[in-house]
Amino acid sequence: MTSEPQARHEEHHIVPLSVYFLVFGALMVLTYVTVQVAHVDLGHPEVLTVRIPMNVIVALVIAITKATLVVLFFMHVKYSSRLVQIIVVSSLLWLVILLSVVGDYVSRGWLGNPGT
Amino acid sequence: MSSHAVAHPQGLAHHFRDLGQQQSAAGLGMWVFIAQEIMFFGGLFLAYTIYRSQYNDVFATASHHLNVPLGAINTAVLICSSLTMAMAVHAAALGKRQQIVLFLLLTIVLGGVFLGIKAVEYKEKFDHHLVPGPHFSGHELKLDGDRERHAQIYYSLYFAMTGLHALHMVIGIPIILWIAWRAYRGEFNTSYNAPVEIVGLYWHFVDIIWIFLFPLLYLIA
Repeated sequence: MTSEPQARHEEHHIVPLSVYFLVFGALMVLTYVTVQVAHVDLGHPEVLTVRIPMNVIVALVIAITKATLVVLFFMHVKYSSRLVQIIVVSSLLWLVILLSVVGDYVSRGWLGNPGT
Repeated sequence: MSSHAVAHPQGLAHHFRDLGQQQSAAGLGMWVFIAQEIMFFGGLFLAYTIYRSQYNDVFATASHHLNVPLGAINTAVLICSSLTMAMAVHAAALGKRQQIVLFLLLTIVLGGVFLGIKAVEYKEKFDHHLVPGPHFSGHELKLDGDRERHAQIYYSLYFAMTGLHALHMVIGIPIILWIAWRAYRGEFNTSYNAPVEIVGLYWHFVDIIWIFLFPLLYLIA
């Protein structure tokens, strides 16, 4: 019978409590920042006929940062097996494919075809 | 493999070689479930993105009737509950029975606070006729006609997304209670604690959904 000491070691990795407190602090600070920045108009620069709402972009960057901290440290993905990490990344890949449907709505006026 | 019948660690199912393999399989299974959950919520986020890009002004007007301070407090409450859950998993890895129970119960209390605040917010929406359906009224929002209908789309998404999120918490809380009961009975130790870890993954996932819902629904400038 073969054993996998490497894999078992990773599974039982114990994260120091100080890491949890640091992540918690960062999540709280980022929550405060996202509320404050929502009151500031960051403008709508135009890229390829699409008006980019900078407030939404900033809010999403903050949310993605917070989610990444939770996934890596609270959910231990930083210390998990490569197989779990592949599952996490591929689930996000599928989400991106799903959300790419938005491209249809964005691009409808581009060619100026009647009825679009 | 006669040793199998001799030494059988507590919590080890027969089809696994050892507890390490069992815990890896359990974690992997939970992550596959979470991948499915991401797609499940993803559809709602896609609907939100499309309708917001079409009716951004109405969405902004409608979102101003959400209670931002309560939403922000709830975000903090949920982050606190994620911390207590992480500490419960930490205690489980160290085999500290009393701490597992304490931190799981704290997580449940914080989850209850979140749902209580959510209920207050929902009641405000019912009082102001902002719940989609025949009694919906754009009067409070000073919107009528098409714009009133678009505001209903916003509130439909608001209730569908926060409602589905709250449902996940309503399901999660009894499961955490069950795991806390098992911890209290001394079922977990340094080598067998996968159930605590698994319920932790679920709770953190629910936290992540809220991390996205809060800015997208409450903070539309």
